Amino acid sequence: MSIGAVAAMRLLLRRELTLSFRRPEQLLQPLVFFLIVTTLFPLGLSPQLSLLREMAPGVLWVAALLASLLSMDGLFKSDADDGTLEQLALSGQSLGIIVIAKTIAHWLVSGVALVVVSPVVATTLAIPIEAFPIMMLSLAMGTLTLSWLGAIGAGLTVGLRRGSVLLSLIILPLAMPLLIFGANATDRAIGGESAAGPLYFLAALCVFTTTLAPFAASTALRITLE
Amino acid sequence: MWTWFYRLASPPYVYRTAAAFAPWLLVSAAVCIVYGIVDGLAFAPPDYQQGDAFRIIYVHAPAGWLSMFGYTLMAVAGAVGLIWRIKMGHAVAAAVAPIGASFTVLGLVTGSLWGRPMWGTYWAWDPRLTSELILLFLYFGVISLRSAFEDPNRGDRAAALLAIVGVVNVPIIHYSVQWWNSLHQGATVMKFEKSSMPGSMLWPLLAMFLGYMLFFGAVLCIRVRAEILNRERQASWVREAVQA
Repeated sequence: MSIGAVAAMRLLLRRELTLSFRRPEQLLQPLVFFLIVTTLFPLGLSPQLSLLREMAPGVLWVAALLASLLSMDGLFKSDADDGTLEQLALSGQSLGIIVIAKTIAHWLVSGVALVVVSPVVATTLAIPIEAFPIMMLSLAMGTLTLSWLGAIGAGLTVGLRRGSVLLSLIILPLAMPLLIFGANATDRAIGGESAAGPLYFLAALCVFTTTLAPFAASTALRITLE
Repeated sequence: MWTWFYRLASPPYVYRTAAAFAPWLLVSAAVCIVYGIVDGLAFAPPDYQQGDAFRIIYVHAPAGWLSMFGYTLMAVAGAVGLIWRIKMGHAVAAAVAPIGASFTVLGLVTGSLWGRPMWGTYWAWDPRLTSELILLFLYFGVISLRSAFEDPNRGDRAAALLAIVGVVNVPIIHYSVQWWNSLHQGATVMKFEKSSMPGSMLWPLLAMFLGYMLFFGAVLCIRVRAEILNRERQASWVREAVQA
């Protein structure tokens, strides 16, 4: 039995999303983590709103990166543990299709969820409402890029017992440009300036990883699955 | 030319060649570095702006350059191992990673020591220092990924892939850090333009570059030999070579 690549991708995407929504606690944990980390900063620094507004873009972005990485570890893990991943790899569909479907599903449940709750966090950090659209747009592109980078890392560490720390260790240095451009776009939006420059850079990184990361991640899976 | 390339894939050949090269590289590296240190530290004229403090450049700049060269070499050797399945590629990549990381640390330490008299602080978030620091993190990632696998073959190939992904990212990181820095603080860094350096300052620097590279090559030869011995410990030629 063979089906087209697009149909296979749609099936996989639906399977991933169904699996995620059957386990809502897994969806919520990264979000709660995001909220807790952003609460730590005012407690550790100062409750002064003017100071918080200065720090807000960095705090928001660091917390978003960490929360998104937290769920990254499970991208291939459960499927690799019960053998589903090997069956998928043997199904005759290219590994790239599997990687793309799983990564997009991961972004839809983790990245988009972060974008949706980010206004709440932003309000507590004294980010003005006018800056929300740019902040959310930059977070959406940033989390998608991070999902692609994370897919490479998850593919490389899937067979390892203590993979999650290693995953952060190898992915965070690669994600630093995201933090720079994302926090800068948010910063400019707060200051009322044009955020076009950093947003274009983020979009470029997003397109770049979307085109190349599936190849790298499927090569990584091929190395670790074999 | 191709037969020479094919022979590089043979562990015994590489093992013997590296043994033959290592002493020559070491001796010439010592000559270059001794000349560079003596001429650079004692005889080159002091900089009109930085005085004698600029002399750190003689140990700093070549280390920074080799840290990037080492990463590129690691990625290229890893790619050779990954694409053509040549074991020696992985052996070279595994041997070069700690050397490159050491030069990165040397670059960071000398850079921050240079920062003390120049900027008044050991650490400034200067774009070069920052991207050098991120490069060190990338080295750590590759080294720890390789050692995390129980099966050395998988570890080699996973590390090779990560090194290649990293090499694609290095220019992105470099330029984004520069861009980030230009927004947050004014240009505090003095830029050395090679051509504007007088010969009396330039010659020791070039000698140091050459000496560092030769030293890098010598350490690489030694480490590759150890790496081959460890990887080929089941092979009969290793037993003969060790017993001889």
